[in-house]
Amino acid sequence: MVAVNPSFSANLSLRYQQFELNAQFSIPLKGVTAIFGHSGCGKTTLLRCIAGLEKKSTGSLQFNNDTWQDTNTFTPAHKRPIGYVFQEASLFPHLSIQGNLDFAIRRAGEKTDASHCETIIDMLDLKRLLHRNPLSLSGGERQRVAIARALLIRPKLLLMDEPLASLGQSHKQEILPYLEKLKEETTLPVLYVSHSAEEVARLADYLLVMDLGNIVAQGAITDMLSRLDFPLTLGDDAGVVFDAKVATIDRQWHLTKAVFPGGELWMRDSGQQCKQQVRIRVLARDISLSLQQHQDTSIVNCLPAIITEMGNDQHPGQMMIKLRVGEIALIARITKRSAAHLKLTTGMNVYAQIKSVAIVR
Amino acid sequence: MGLSETDLAAIWLSLKLASIVTILLLLIGTPLALWLSTTQTRFKPAISAVVALPLVLPPSVLGFYLLLAMGPSGPIGQFTTALGIGTLPFTFSGLVIASVFYSLPFVVQPIQSTFESIGKRPLEVAATLRASPTDTFFNVLLPLARPGFITASILGFAHTLGEFGVILMIGGNIPGETQVVSVQIYDHVEALAYDQAHTLSIIMLTFSFCILISLYQVNRHKPAYSA
Repeated sequence: MVAVNPSFSANLSLRYQQFELNAQFSIPLKGVTAIFGHSGCGKTTLLRCIAGLEKKSTGSLQFNNDTWQDTNTFTPAHKRPIGYVFQEASLFPHLSIQGNLDFAIRRAGEKTDASHCETIIDMLDLKRLLHRNPLSLSGGERQRVAIARALLIRPKLLLMDEPLASLGQSHKQEILPYLEKLKEETTLPVLYVSHSAEEVARLADYLLVMDLGNIVAQGAITDMLSRLDFPLTLGDDAGVVFDAKVATIDRQWHLTKAVFPGGELWMRDSGQQCKQQVRIRVLARDISLSLQQHQDTSIVNCLPAIITEMGNDQHPGQMMIKLRVGEIALIARITKRSAAHLKLTTGMNVYAQIKSVAIVR
Repeated sequence: MGLSETDLAAIWLSLKLASIVTILLLLIGTPLALWLSTTQTRFKPAISAVVALPLVLPPSVLGFYLLLAMGPSGPIGQFTTALGIGTLPFTFSGLVIASVFYSLPFVVQPIQSTFESIGKRPLEVAATLRASPTDTFFNVLLPLARPGFITASILGFAHTLGEFGVILMIGGNIPGETQVVSVQIYDHVEALAYDQAHTLSIIMLTFSFCILISLYQVNRHKPAYSA
């Protein structure tokens, strides 16, 4: 018998006033799937339909072997095995933090043992907040409680609607590590709505791209972000992510070397351990191309690459070049004049000079 | 200036009437307020207007129509006669029904506006935490709406206590049955018994003042729900 990977498929429609949602997708129930798109494209509406909060939506929703919705069925929100983290704080103001968590614990289908609660409370660092009142918490703290509460209901799918959007930059940086921890420490599949390319690059494994109420592209994040025909305008956020492993840490110069299949990159030491898996993000604007390997340059990373594809950029003076380095793909944004000057063509060997590399996780 | 037996009976009757009416109004008003705060029907303005009518109608007008409706040839009267209860005017039950209509907006409106300010978000949150609609109503909506319920109860109680015109139209002036404080005061004044009118009036005045003070006190400490 062939093992079927758990999957989640949807074909949903909803219209109100001028807006029309028509979303069709099928995703693996594994890791973090980001629903990515510009503001107003219907991401939140789609998430609400999935949660069962939009009763007027039509179509079908299939979660593994369970039908949540089709022409004859509509499982109400409170019977779907989901957890939902709303964009803004959604804690019950009449209950303490402990009371908010208990609300979920009491309604979780199976009996929650104390150690499970403890793990979640520890993971989100809530111990010293338990007796506080929701109104006395900072935005970041409230969002952490909301995440814990959504986990304590023991969902089979966690839906997160831009959980960081209502927070300031510093609070965002405060929450992101918790989200990464969540990803590492649980196997819970997550649907994560975001309009921030940075968050998506950090967290997502799989990407659903939305525009004007439709899913316009979907795929693994590394494949999607290296597409020259990515359906949305990313501007300065255009760039690839890939996974690598820390190989060497140079204590003298405070540098870290990460290796990926077919190449290596040096970057600033930011406290990683040897052999640690990291995700690296390289922005298109940070790569320049040359035909020879220069020795007299301050740029540390200069990798031999092959041009695999050339495409237009939004600005008529620029273009995007897709490169292959070992087994990974990079994209570089250069001017059309430079491309003409260097006579770049598909299949050519070049050197990719990488000005900046970021470990995003 | 002491209280006569009929004065005491009037006070007791007023308190009994106001309590029963308040309880009935909370039972009727809560679902009505919930429905009004969520419905999208185009009849909403008309229904809201009907609920609010007692705010602007002269009590005698309301009393007059209720008298007709409860009389032997009115719809309520025919119904109660068919049930074998007889007709309701000039009975305590008749007063209760009339007062329910008369005080309805004072209970429905505070609850409705509290429900509206709570909005649907906490209810959606509860649904994503597996709370059924009934569970959500009792464990999320009611606790959040507590200030609204306190206001509604106090206003409903106080307003019923102070009604006069409707009672005169429906209940008349039967000691122990329909003779409430406000009517009794009127009686005393008619009989030029100003001392007795004074005693009852000052009790009403003090009581109403205390009720309103407690209302504002409650709302100062527990502001209406805000997100």
